[in-house]
Amino acid sequence: MAERGVPARLQLRGITKQFPGCLANDHIDLTLGPGEIHALLGENGAGKSTLVKIIYGILRADGGDIKWDGQPVSIASPSQARRLGIAMVFQHFSLFESMTVAENVALGLDHGAGLDALSARVGEVGRRYGLALAPEKVVHDLSVGERQRVEIVRCLMQEPRLLIMDEPTSVLTPGEAEALFITLRQLADEGCTILYISHKLQEIRALCDRATVLRAGRVVATCDPRQETARDLARLMIGEDFSQASKTAGGPCGAARLQVRGLNMAAAAIHGTAITGIEFEVAAGEILGIAGVAGNGQNTLLAALSGEQLCPNAGDIRIDDQDAGDLGPRRRRRLGLAFVPEERLGHGAVPEMSLTDNALLTGYERQDLLSRGSIMFPRTRDYAQRIVKSFQVVTGSIGSHAGSLSGGNLQKFIIGRELLQQPKVLVVAHPTWGVDAGAAAAIHTALLDLARQGAAILVVSQDLDELLQISDRFAVLSEGRLSECMVTAAADIGRIGLLMGGQATGHGRENGGERRAAQT
Amino acid sequence: MRPRLEARIGASRTMVYATPVLAVALTMACGSVLFAALGHHPPAVLYAFFIQPLSSVYDLAELTVKATPLVLCAIGLSFGFRANVWNIGAEGQLTLGAIAGGGIALWAGDDAAAWVLPAMIVAGLLGGAAWAAIPAFLKTRFNANEILTSLMLTYVAILLLSYLVHGPWKDPDGFSFPQSRMFADSVLLPLLTMGTRLHLGAPITLFLALGAWWVMARMFIGFQIKVVGLTPAAAGLAGFSVNRLIWITLLTGGALAGLAGLFEVAGPIGQLQPSISPGYGFTAIIVAFLGRLHPVGILLSGLFIALSYLGGETVQIELGLPLAVSGVFQGMLLFFLLAADVLVRYRIRWRRAAMVQEAG
Repeated sequence: MAERGVPARLQLRGITKQFPGCLANDHIDLTLGPGEIHALLGENGAGKSTLVKIIYGILRADGGDIKWDGQPVSIASPSQARRLGIAMVFQHFSLFESMTVAENVALGLDHGAGLDALSARVGEVGRRYGLALAPEKVVHDLSVGERQRVEIVRCLMQEPRLLIMDEPTSVLTPGEAEALFITLRQLADEGCTILYISHKLQEIRALCDRATVLRAGRVVATCDPRQETARDLARLMIGEDFSQASKTAGGPCGAARLQVRGLNMAAAAIHGTAITGIEFEVAAGEILGIAGVAGNGQNTLLAALSGEQLCPNAGDIRIDDQDAGDLGPRRRRRLGLAFVPEERLGHGAVPEMSLTDNALLTGYERQDLLSRGSIMFPRTRDYAQRIVKSFQVVTGSIGSHAGSLSGGNLQKFIIGRELLQQPKVLVVAHPTWGVDAGAAAAIHTALLDLARQGAAILVVSQDLDELLQISDRFAVLSEGRLSECMVTAAADIGRIGLLMGGQATGHGRENGGERRAAQT
Repeated sequence: MRPRLEARIGASRTMVYATPVLAVALTMACGSVLFAALGHHPPAVLYAFFIQPLSSVYDLAELTVKATPLVLCAIGLSFGFRANVWNIGAEGQLTLGAIAGGGIALWAGDDAAAWVLPAMIVAGLLGGAAWAAIPAFLKTRFNANEILTSLMLTYVAILLLSYLVHGPWKDPDGFSFPQSRMFADSVLLPLLTMGTRLHLGAPITLFLALGAWWVMARMFIGFQIKVVGLTPAAAGLAGFSVNRLIWITLLTGGALAGLAGLFEVAGPIGQLQPSISPGYGFTAIIVAFLGRLHPVGILLSGLFIALSYLGGETVQIELGLPLAVSGVFQGMLLFFLLAADVLVRYRIRWRRAAMVQEAG
């Protein structure tokens, strides 16, 4: 911290950025000391991304000034930011799948170097910070956790003095996240400043020295997160008290409404994961969670459940005791299925179309919106209006394009669209991914209500906290295989972590990611 | 400093419809400069190009005759283009429609019954659809690119017509000219106004354009076409079959192009000959985009492009300018249209070169 004459590593004063129709950053002050791990907290749309893009030279501020080591600077481009010693690990990786680790690292450097020398340095940096990586491996074969290590090592090669991390643990298992924290603490001890962006309050409390909370483009608080409860931080973030929904323990469950029996599916996409021997049942009134790190067969399983990919046998999937494995999405909806995909824009909704049209997209069958091939617009508009009203979707009108809604509002709209169809079986992928705490609580409440009305709900999520909070039972999907189902109330987090890392039996103490690296 | 394109937040809806008008205005402005440089008085040339072809009933009828096949093909293509199905082979489908319908006319001979003309219309629709069914099959079965297959089939169709009029269907009394017998008067499309070539095809086309508008705006199938074109994954989620839509759009496009071909041979031409279209099927691509893939827009743009054909002929006759002028005009028009489209969706920012990473 900036005390006793040591200048702050980075000091922002009055940073302002206006986008058409939205003041993304409104006079933001932020001071980062040497060796500090500083959290940047805020809901979606609070202005976090804009702020770090300004720091990393991707965007230019309209007003305000930046001091680096006490010297005024203007950061015009990412390469200038890197020259100052600022590095950034993005939430979405920018790696070339078909190239090796060393080649990817070489591409990220501003100055060229021989590949052999580089490989040696990758190994050296990796050993020093506990980031085991094989430089000659092709990225395409790496797990998500390993890919993130490549990104981090690529940054560390430049010996940064400020490392910006954007939601780094959203793709990691608990074990991998813990390993990452050790690395980050070691970096901070060596004097590197870390700006850490996350939604996960527990993790910020465990890792960070200070936290700056943004709301609607303004700094609303700077605090020591270790002194605050997660609930206080959440309140600061959304500016109001919110009630957290959670499962009231074990009501009696009815008959099985969704049954999956010995389902085997080849991967739908080129780099997808095949699934084998998937077996589970979801009963009326029950929420079953499927945990696991992305890329372990979730997409294949979801496509098989929605009907976008047909199953090999009709009996592989049964909805309300009827064979549905060979039915397409439309006929499965007729049986009572509703489905919320992982990606909102571009899968769950058409960005360029109005909310009315997007309501029609999946509502046409169960809401009876068609008459002899024509669209009944009054009914469709009424349905869209009911979704917006019941789920408090913030939007100009139902004529607004889906792409103009914020992530959380669009997710509320999509979930509302499916829930108003009164499904008997609901399959939801990542219901609150990237959604702010207020909207997440509303979504959780809605799911619990639906279960109480007797629907069977399957939630596929990477967010373990979420599954622990709302599911009755859950299982872990790893490398295309599903573990046995566990009762949530009796679950053991350590064992779940091991399962997520691909260790079905849990022998050995090392975390999943390291084990994967060692195997191959 | 160098220019960079930056996406606008929400393109203006008004501008999306205003760009075709803007493009026409810019084309005229640049055309004027060109004519001035060639030593002509620009207002005189523009008058000859754009006004003179509209100055009599006969001229207006001629304009409609030219616009009819353009609009028919463009409407068929617009269904596909909306669904990201890039049928470039309307010219070939048009030719097959003419062959199928014309074949019936030749078979019926001189004393054709009243049902022959309707049968020819059906044959024209089916002929064009059948020709488009080949790319549809190759696309859905083998994922073959329809741009290539439909384009290549165009040349096959033109050669097939050429073979027929040089060989089996050649007029035995035609002094060995490569053309078929003239069709009987009873199988030609009735004329609407005496003394012109305006035929029944024009009102049918107008009716079909309105029908196309209804399909796209009000029918569920139109909605499915739009969704699959904008966001294929969302179409999959909703249970719309992409293959089914490929078949529907290609067959519709082929059928309308085939109808256009039949209208040509059963209307202004009256027989089969090696060349039955001055590239209507290809020009229809420009018509479709100039009309924003919207049926009403296509009606207007079809008339405008037809005018550029006639205007080119007029300036050639009146002022001795080369016929290539209409090609230049059509080219400039497409260029300005595309350029204006880019500027509606993006703005130019002058700034120092900066690498943009992960703009999302």
